[in-house]
Amino acid sequence: MSPWPVWGAGAAHNAMKDTPFVIAGRTFRSRLIVGSGKYSSFPVMAQAHAASGADMVTVAVRRVNISDRSRESLLDYIDTEKMFILPNTAGCYTADDAIRTARLGREAGLSNWVKLEVIGDERTLFPDNEALIEATRVLVKEGFVVLPYTNDDPIACRKLEDAGAAAVMPLGAPIGSGLGIQNVNNMRIIREFARVPLIVDAGVGTASDAALAMELGADGVLMNTAIAGAQDAVAMAEAMKHAVIAGRLAWAAGRIPRKMYASASSPVEGMVGR
Amino acid sequence: MFITLNGDPFELDSPLSVADLLTKLAIDPRRVAVEHNLSILRRHLYADTLVNDGDRIEIVNFVGGGSS
Repeated sequence: MSPWPVWGAGAAHNAMKDTPFVIAGRTFRSRLIVGSGKYSSFPVMAQAHAASGADMVTVAVRRVNISDRSRESLLDYIDTEKMFILPNTAGCYTADDAIRTARLGREAGLSNWVKLEVIGDERTLFPDNEALIEATRVLVKEGFVVLPYTNDDPIACRKLEDAGAAAVMPLGAPIGSGLGIQNVNNMRIIREFARVPLIVDAGVGTASDAALAMELGADGVLMNTAIAGAQDAVAMAEAMKHAVIAGRLAWAAGRIPRKMYASASSPVEGMVGR
Repeated sequence: MFITLNGDPFELDSPLSVADLLTKLAIDPRRVAVEHNLSILRRHLYADTLVNDGDRIEIVNFVGGGSS
C-alpha cells in the first residue's frame, strides 16, 4: 500500500456538486475569507475584495481617533450587503482583552461572530492556546459564534471544539510570513479530527498555498497579507479566488495516489516496431 | 470636569449624555461601540446615560486588519 493515503475524502460520485460552506448555520458562497488591513488604499481594498469573490471579511476593533475625525471610515469601502463582517480581536494578548474586544466588536457590528485571537508572543504572533481556549469558553457562553485562530495542533483544535468553537482556524505559517503550510501532516490530522469547519488562517503567500490548503480538505482559507501585500493586490485577489476553487474541486475529485515509479498513460500494446 | 476618553484626559463643561458627547465629537453612533466605565453601553441607552466627572469612556470602531 502506498505510504500516502489517498487525499480527498471528497472522492465523491459527484465531485462537481459540492456541499455548501456553512459555519454556525450561515452559508457562504465563497470559501475564501479576506482581511481588510495593509492595503495601499481603501479603493484598492474594495477592488481586491470584489475580485476575490469573498463574502466574508475580517476587521479589527480599535479606538476612534478623537483628534482627527477627517479620516475615511473603513466601512465606507465595504459593501455590507454583500460582505459579512467578521470582527477580530487582533492584537490582544490576554483572554480578558480579547473578551472585551469581542464584546465591543459585537456592539459596533451587526452580528455576534468573532475571529478570536489571543496572541502569546510578539515576534511569532503565535497564539496563547491556554488563554484562547478560556476566552472561547467564556464567549460561547455569552452567545458568540467563535472562530478561533489557533496553531496547527490537532489537540488544541479539539479542545477549542470542545469549548464550543464554531470552526477551528489553524495557522498554516506565522501571520504575514507568506511561508505556506509548514506542517502539512498536522493539517491532515486536524482535517481528520475536526467536526466543525476547518479554516486555514494565516501563512498563505501565493495561490498554490491556498490551493494546497483546500486540497488537504480545509473548508476555507482566510488571508490578508498575501493579497494586500502583493504588488498587484487586485490580480492576486483574483488568483486566490481561482486557487481556492481549484483546490476545493481537486480535493472533492480525489487525487491519484503518489507512487515511486512511472506508470504510462498510453497503451503498451500495438506499438510500431515491436 | 475631566473624563478619560480613549485613554486621554478630555475636558467637558458639564455632564452630558453619551449621545450628546458623540454629536460633539462628530461621531456617527451607528458605526461605533461605547464602553462606559468598563461596561459596554448598549446603543439605545446613549441618550439616557450621563457622562460624569472622572468617567472612563472608550469609543471604538472597525479599522482595517486581518490578523494581529
